[in-house]
Amino acid sequence: MKAKEYCHIPYIRYLDDEGEALQQLPAWTENHETLIDYYRAMVIARAGDAKAVALQRTGQMGTYPSSLGQEAISTVCCSLLEKDDVLIPYYRDLPGLMKRGIPLSDVLLYWGGDERGSAGKAWGKDFPNCVPIATQAGHAAGVATAFKIRNQHHVALVSMGDGATSKGDFTEALNLAGTWQLPIVFIINNNQWAISVPRKIQSGAPTLAQKGVSAGLPSIQVDGNDVIALHEAVSSAINQARSGKGATVIEAITYRLGDHTTADDASRYRESEELQEAWGREPIKRLRNFLYHRGLWDEEKEQQLKREATELIDSEVKRYLNTPLPEVSDLFDYHYAQMPAQLEKQKRQALAKANGRAH
Amino acid sequence: MNSSVSETVDQSIPQEVTEKLSMVEAVNLALDHAMADDQDVVLLGEDIGVNGGVFRATQGLRDKYGLKRVMDTPLAETLITGISIGMAAQGLKPVAEIQFMGFIFPALEQLICHAARMRNRTRGRLSCPMVLRAPFGGGIHAPEHHSESTETLLAHIPGLRVVIPSSPIRAYGLLRAAINDPDPVIFLEPKRIYRAVKQAVSYGTAILPLDKCFTLKQGSDVTLISWGASIKETMEAANTLQEYGASVEVIDVATIKPLDMETILTSVRKTGRCVIIHEACKSFGVGAEISAALAEEALADLKAPVERVTGYDITMPYYRMEDHFLPKPEDIIKAALKTLSFH
Repeated sequence: MKAKEYCHIPYIRYLDDEGEALQQLPAWTENHETLIDYYRAMVIARAGDAKAVALQRTGQMGTYPSSLGQEAISTVCCSLLEKDDVLIPYYRDLPGLMKRGIPLSDVLLYWGGDERGSAGKAWGKDFPNCVPIATQAGHAAGVATAFKIRNQHHVALVSMGDGATSKGDFTEALNLAGTWQLPIVFIINNNQWAISVPRKIQSGAPTLAQKGVSAGLPSIQVDGNDVIALHEAVSSAINQARSGKGATVIEAITYRLGDHTTADDASRYRESEELQEAWGREPIKRLRNFLYHRGLWDEEKEQQLKREATELIDSEVKRYLNTPLPEVSDLFDYHYAQMPAQLEKQKRQALAKANGRAH
Repeated sequence: MNSSVSETVDQSIPQEVTEKLSMVEAVNLALDHAMADDQDVVLLGEDIGVNGGVFRATQGLRDKYGLKRVMDTPLAETLITGISIGMAAQGLKPVAEIQFMGFIFPALEQLICHAARMRNRTRGRLSCPMVLRAPFGGGIHAPEHHSESTETLLAHIPGLRVVIPSSPIRAYGLLRAAINDPDPVIFLEPKRIYRAVKQAVSYGTAILPLDKCFTLKQGSDVTLISWGASIKETMEAANTLQEYGASVEVIDVATIKPLDMETILTSVRKTGRCVIIHEACKSFGVGAEISAALAEEALADLKAPVERVTGYDITMPYYRMEDHFLPKPEDIIKAALKTLSFH
């Protein structure tokens, strides 16, 4: 018996690579506003992402992980969350963060080396970007446990890459979500590459979703470049979590069209043919085709949206670039609610040193 | 111990009974009172529920406060720490138990990369008011991995507090303070003295500061500095030295991080002689930090080099030979006499 025969993982897909419907579409798609909103959000996020890369290339920002090609997953997930739900993102979630109302300038500030990028009011109770792989899965389980203890009908949505599914943190969180029936949605952004390690080397499991099966969780695969499929999968998982029926694992199949980060060069390990082929499946083109074919979008709207995106991004970049340096005292002031005496002493030394430099 | 299940007990008003309790019973009472005082306090860990913890530190609390507030977790230390962070960031006050300090290592990434940094990396937007309790140290003939003292690993991390009680009263007062504290506190319980002495502990027992050493004995000739289970041998040594005619001051550091150097400096400036005693390995230990700080701040007041009586830089021996590792009163006396005779 082959491994793939042991468990069947459903795969949801509504649109083909060209944006044509493969089957009857769900009723909500009749409300075009939702689809247009997804499109607008993805276009703006992609432009913001491109700007972030450009800022790094021109020495105006630090290392940055592009979300190019994965916009649909993050956008749809965060559109479907309610305000009091909690997002526990990984580090490649710019589209979702923007959808949560977090200013692009905050995200740029974070990657521009300033802790205040995760401090703004817009973040609410959402977690900041998580760099240590899969560690955020445990936080999501804790957030969901808090909801359960307090009888709050909120949902914790945690996102991660394909590499994260190899870590124990992921397995431990799934296991708890299964046994405690926690209100969590686990979103695996399977973009096929963990830096230079391709999906097939990452795991011998036929699907990553099936790791959820071992924890007793409903686990599905979805076309991560298809907003309709994503909407179906994620909204159903959110509803299930909110109604006390526990967690779901969603493996969203996508492709990392960019490098791992601006410090990486994927041409060292990835065939250009594979990349070209992946461009044919990317989510924005697919939804644009769909909207055009149905007469819901046109060139004038497209140009208008591009102007809007440029305007928004220019003003956010300006805000980022004009953010003054924090005070030296900030380096010390947020380690403890009550600063220990030794730290007070070191703070005075640092301030004296900084003032000496200034004179 | 106030752990019996009773329908008539009003959880909001802990009974005012003063009982003589061991240190582990005082830990239990502190948890009980903290949970009664604050609905946000929740407990989690392996075997802490129906079993009451392998040392019985949480005995009776599941029956009293229910499954939602006393959670038996799967056997996963990374997860225990990770979910504590998640809960704390939403405003709960989780008190997690790591069954033995030897099993704390999977938790380190969560502690270092998240718990310790949450306040700083969000500039105070989120914080991590959690306590991680772990029994630690040798001397109870436990199996491999159940006897180490690795407090120095945690004391090195900015954003954490590391607290080690050495008596029932201090266990109660420091644990109540740790739970109240808005930042992550590692609370290490020296299990060798879990049941060594009993003291009167009650709801009225003082909640203690998390940044002050305790002077257990005042004297003017030499300062003995220790913490945790070694306080026992240190006090024995101090009493013997006293019989020899030396006037000995004993300091229980108790809050390893932040380190209260003020109390230590005041004492050493007075005595001019100092012996630091700890069970953990010698190199890069907390004793090295205290010694360096004394050299920086009080070199002119020192009448003799600072002595350290510690475990060796070796893997904690299995229990047949652990006595060769643990500092003994005679080692402390010898070191104290060496500093006292230095001219």
